[in-house]
Amino acid sequence: MATEKITMPQLGESVTEGTISKWLVEPGNEIKKYDPIAEVTTDKVNAEVPSSFTGVIKEIVASEGETLAVGDLMCYIETEGSGDDTAADTSGAGKAENENKQEAPAEKDTSMKKRYSPAVLRLAQENDIDLEQVEGTGKGGRITRKDILKLIESGNVPKPDDKPKEEAVKPQKQPQASDKKETAQPASVPVAPGDVEIPVNGVRRAIANNMVRSKHEAPHAWTMVEVDVTNLVNYRNRVKNDFKNKEGYSLTFLPFFIKAVVEGLKEFPRLNSMWAGDKIIEKKEINISIAVATDDALYVPVIKGADEKSIKGLAKSVNELAGKVRSNRLTGDDMQGGTFTVNNTGSFGSVLSQPIINYPQAAILSVESIVKRPVVMENGMIAVRDMVNLCLSLDHRVLDGLVAGRFLARVKEILENISEDNTSIY
Amino acid sequence: MAVISYIDAVTQALKEEMALDENVFILGEDVGVRGGVFRATAGLIEEFGENRVMDTPLTESAIAGVGIGAAMYGMRPVAEMQFADFILPAVNQIISEAAKIRYRSNNDWHVPLTIRAPYGGGVHGALYHSQSVEAIFANVPGLKVVMPSTPYDVKGLLKASIRDNDPVIFLEHKRAYRLIKGEVPEDDYTLPIGKADVKREGDDVTVITYGLAVHFALQAAEKLENEGISTHILDLRTVYPLDKEAIISAAKKTGKVLLVTEDNKEGSVIGEVSAIIAEECLFDLDAPVKRLAGPDIPAMPYAPPMEKFFMINPEKVEKAIRELAEF
Repeated sequence: MATEKITMPQLGESVTEGTISKWLVEPGNEIKKYDPIAEVTTDKVNAEVPSSFTGVIKEIVASEGETLAVGDLMCYIETEGSGDDTAADTSGAGKAENENKQEAPAEKDTSMKKRYSPAVLRLAQENDIDLEQVEGTGKGGRITRKDILKLIESGNVPKPDDKPKEEAVKPQKQPQASDKKETAQPASVPVAPGDVEIPVNGVRRAIANNMVRSKHEAPHAWTMVEVDVTNLVNYRNRVKNDFKNKEGYSLTFLPFFIKAVVEGLKEFPRLNSMWAGDKIIEKKEINISIAVATDDALYVPVIKGADEKSIKGLAKSVNELAGKVRSNRLTGDDMQGGTFTVNNTGSFGSVLSQPIINYPQAAILSVESIVKRPVVMENGMIAVRDMVNLCLSLDHRVLDGLVAGRFLARVKEILENISEDNTSIY
Repeated sequence: MAVISYIDAVTQALKEEMALDENVFILGEDVGVRGGVFRATAGLIEEFGENRVMDTPLTESAIAGVGIGAAMYGMRPVAEMQFADFILPAVNQIISEAAKIRYRSNNDWHVPLTIRAPYGGGVHGALYHSQSVEAIFANVPGLKVVMPSTPYDVKGLLKASIRDNDPVIFLEHKRAYRLIKGEVPEDDYTLPIGKADVKREGDDVTVITYGLAVHFALQAAEKLENEGISTHILDLRTVYPLDKEAIISAAKKTGKVLLVTEDNKEGSVIGEVSAIIAEECLFDLDAPVKRLAGPDIPAMPYAPPMEKFFMINPEKVEKAIRELAEF
């Protein structure tokens, strides 16, 4: 017997830490190498941590909600190898502990209880058997085909609705995250009858931490311009049906705005930079993070090499990334490398917003709703025009009002001059 | 019914077929005056004369080639390869000519040739006298590969092979020759080529195998019965073409399948059996299909402990069945 450590793995390039959102094993569970042991949230992506050994989980060191740096200890696992190569850590005290633990596994091993073979699943389905209520005689408590056949023969088949109802509301106690970066615990909030407690975990906690960090560390300044996009609206309305028929997905306004922002970033690279303590790093690549909301979370996947894409290319990337978010197929790689964020707040009707910078980027731009408004034109006439507000939050350590203003003016200019003649979709 | 050995069943089948049909004749190295190095053809030259029991030069390609020519001419030759290990020089004749002539000539010609060859290890034969060669022929449409495990099956299947109008590779496990005995009727009977046989009924684990390993599985099953583990054993008997129906029904019987061969594991005929089960039995499987086979090394070693390591034996089969039963 040897005791091995399982530590927080590097779950993606440039990922330095992960938060344990859920343990999938308990002490005493028998696991195989590569079996998942825990779900971990990093940079807003969930991943499963596989076991590096075959053995029995001995002790879980890190609790759910806890954030660990890469290489930090997660749990101990008892492997079947000889004690000689206990490379890790067994001092005398550890040995004594081992011996105590050896008497424990009188408890039934149920690690295979929920691994159903095709035969078991088919029989359960055909006979309407609730497998939760069946005792398995196989290895690790696995329900074997024979177990089911015997059950069917005995006629004593547990149906799905036989199950005693769980108590209506289980008080949900989520372990407090011992995240060092969280500045202060929130003041105690009085809970009245009828209030709903929603446990904060996984992606929600990652969002909270990032927002606090950005607001806390980056001094936000804010500015806004209004843009006359009547030409853009006409242009897009003319081509949108053809585009949909040809490409199979919709041409929204967002790719046009991203295209204009990218052009602006090329001319004002300082907007495409990051604060690095004693220096500012202007990024060569222009990778645009786009905010995509789901019902209860916000993801910011990245369009890589946005400066190399046409409007159609951008539309395709937006469509793909949004699809990945909705089907929960986003990978860590999709989330990494953003240098500037475009947030489409107009999609839910907003005409004004004050976005929080996507740390460590230097600025974020939100595109508000396009609304028809009476506008006084250059010649003194009043006309009905399609107007949109572009809001920019900037890290005042990196950027000053002047360069931000020039950048916005340039983006405005590009957008107001978009027309079929000078702007190609392809 | 008389109890005779595996090799006596070979001799009996040859003798009966030669007596029944004057077109049947034997050719091979030392098959005549010597009666075969294993004595499979003992007494036949005395009874049928040297025109029907022919000693050949040490040339496997010629043994196969002469056999093919005579068969196309209307004879029913039974060619013996002294050891299956030495069949390789004849493989071109067998695969390129014997297996294909019916197809190539649009049914005008056919090759009613039987090629017998002792195969298998466990006799301290080392690398050139221990090999299993069935996989070489088990991908060649036009051939049949028969590998019986009991004296009863030997006699019935060898007679069926000689009467078959197409080429049959008939592989006899050399360790079974004098080790395995069984009841064999003295009258004339044949068994169908291409049909597997259930050698034991059971409902916990299915073992599918062939040749000598059938007996190892039977011994293991006997022992495991005391532990309450019931084993179903299917003997393939013909490894090409496979009896798909029997394989599927045996696999479905228990949902836990152990495949055993003495051949090297990768690319052996049990891999094909596994594929059939994967294709046809998914919703009846209760455990991963397991293979117990020889290691993927070039040859059977000579040193006794290493030969034991290579060979399948009842203990190895027993352990594998128990693991599946407990799964």
